[in-house]
Amino acid sequence: MTVTPLRANRKTDHLDLLESHAIFILREVVAECERPVLLFSGGKDSAVLLHLAVKAFAPQQLPFPVMHIDTGQNFPEVISFRDATVERTGARLVVAKVQDSIDQGKVADPGLMGSRNRLQTVTLLDAINDNGFDAAFGGARRDEDKARAKERILSFRDVFGQWDPRQQRPELWQLYQGKVNPGEHVRAFPLSDWTELDIWQYIEREQMKLPEIYFAHERDVVLRDGMWLAVGPFVDPRPDEKVERLVVRFRTVGDANCTGAVLSEAATLEAIIAEIVVANVSERGATRADDKFSETAMEDRKREGYF
Amino acid sequence: MALAVKDLLRLATVGSVDDGKSTLIGRLLVDTRQLFDDQMDAVAAASEKRGVGDLDLSFVTDGLRAEREQGITIDVAYRYASTPTRKFIIADCPGHVQYTGNMATGASTADLALVVLDVAAGLKEQTRRHLCIAALLGVRSIVVAVNKMDAVDWSQLAFQRVVDEIETLSRQLGFKSVNIIPTSALLGDNVVEPSRNLDWYHGPSVLEALEASEAGAWEHTTTQGARMPIQWVLRQPGGGRTYAGMVCGDSLHVGDKVTLLPANIETTISAINFGGEPISEATVGLAADVDLAAETNAGRGDMIATGPLPRLVNEIATTICWFGERPLNVGQRLRMKHTTKVAPVRVKTINGIIDIERLDVDESTSLYTNDIGLATLQTANLMVVDDYRSNRVTGSFVLIDEATNATVAAGMVGRASFL
Repeated sequence: MTVTPLRANRKTDHLDLLESHAIFILREVVAECERPVLLFSGGKDSAVLLHLAVKAFAPQQLPFPVMHIDTGQNFPEVISFRDATVERTGARLVVAKVQDSIDQGKVADPGLMGSRNRLQTVTLLDAINDNGFDAAFGGARRDEDKARAKERILSFRDVFGQWDPRQQRPELWQLYQGKVNPGEHVRAFPLSDWTELDIWQYIEREQMKLPEIYFAHERDVVLRDGMWLAVGPFVDPRPDEKVERLVVRFRTVGDANCTGAVLSEAATLEAIIAEIVVANVSERGATRADDKFSETAMEDRKREGYF
Repeated sequence: MALAVKDLLRLATVGSVDDGKSTLIGRLLVDTRQLFDDQMDAVAAASEKRGVGDLDLSFVTDGLRAEREQGITIDVAYRYASTPTRKFIIADCPGHVQYTGNMATGASTADLALVVLDVAAGLKEQTRRHLCIAALLGVRSIVVAVNKMDAVDWSQLAFQRVVDEIETLSRQLGFKSVNIIPTSALLGDNVVEPSRNLDWYHGPSVLEALEASEAGAWEHTTTQGARMPIQWVLRQPGGGRTYAGMVCGDSLHVGDKVTLLPANIETTISAINFGGEPISEATVGLAADVDLAAETNAGRGDMIATGPLPRLVNEIATTICWFGERPLNVGQRLRMKHTTKVAPVRVKTINGIIDIERLDVDESTSLYTNDIGLATLQTANLMVVDDYRSNRVTGSFVLIDEATNATVAAGMVGRASFL
């Protein structure tokens, strides 16, 4: 048998260790839980997560489905990336729509332009219940936010989907235990210890594909509350706002009406990495209106069951 | 852009409440420019709102609402820092005794403990307790920031008094590397930048000490052979099966003679894969999958090992940190998770409680919340274990409440050398 010297002549680096740790977590949760699911938005973090899941179980098929919580306010490039990726990996895609939660009267309709960000929690928890999922993998990283910095890798949720930051299970060594009683579930975050830079370096190393909107392109944008929003079906320029055509890219991908673009010429992975190394504003600070409601916006949403 | 290959150092902060752990981590992140402008603005705004001055650096890591309201750390915050050659994962641990389980969570994977203490207060009981837990958990290197030097007028005498205390305890606990540094986290002296107020001190700053310490100590504590607890069986095209797991202790190579345990089958590694690609060596920390020459029906919970082999036992002498709200008593049934195996256990005997002050064992028949004690456990299945002192992966376990699934104890096979 020929042995490819994949790792020969190369020292084990921090990316190798992060990668193996994530693969280890994916396998533990699949082994311990009955019905896991991987939350896949088409963003870079969940793309890395899915890539790692494929590696963890190769050459077998993924032993769990992937699920997209669809707010209906997506960037079209992200949806086509989602579909292409799911097809390439042979994963089964479950789509849970916020619109359905609105139609069923479970949440109030914020209108076409209104933010559906917080409504996602209801859709997510219903989808977890309806499908009987007892574990949900997410691509959240601890460097994103101070509440996320506090969360365990396997994070217990009660029957209401709530996270209680004061009652987290001790999580020692690499002994992840995901057993829950009926109705409860765990969120599992294999990328907990990755930083934004780690993610990009890994994407470059693995030659991964991403939605085009992560790379610099020309787009019509308006400046609103200090953020460049893409003009489109979910963002109408207000009378006092000037539409400008600028070269931008997105550092994170969320809903089209609360994710800001950054002014950037970085059109390649190499250029993006160079930009992040010297960035002086955080990824969510630069681009996410949903975190700006209050000092503890993320903690408050997480307690309710958010991603 | 070519970035240098980095290694990875995991560290946990250790120390009593109010000695300045969170402030020191905040200072470390600020002075190494790991914090973004918007994060700094948020810290400034939170400081102003609570009337604690211009910039309370503890708000960098104390991110929960309750923590900021009470000015304490409740649970571990993970923060990340990078220098050109090293990535740091920092677990900022709580100091209060009721959050010992959270502190142990942060310290269990640490290569190094960063101890922060107040020079005027010296070694408090809680700091001794944390150092004792860190030593029990197998941390062998400590960097000690003797903090708040500004409050004692940068006195070398005050510093030296604390140094003597720390050195005595460190010898007892058996730390291998001890680096004691006078600091002022508040003013930034000797955290990243050298101090201008401490002309009598010529050693490294905290960051310099962290950069010089050994990375990957967590994975490499073993003095024994390679181990791979089987996590999952992968079916290969054509009908074969490979065994997936993370390698610890030592590397595995194609051609290595191994033993499958507990079945005790001697065989050879015929192939190793990573992510579906063949490789020749699985280094420590790699989540690989291996093929064995012999036909076996191995599965999750079994272990592949090279000699000297681990022990096969159904009665284990252990050291236990008990986090349960109700006491642990003889005869109690629990579930044990050890490597990738979950099995029922029964407490056969409780052999005493560790007295943190005297580092000795007192008699007791129960363990109460946050006690560290010695207990002998009986297991329903044959377990494959190493002493924790020789392997932190195959020597560790957690105990789980059968009704609630809560993790109620952290356990280690064997007994610490200092007892």
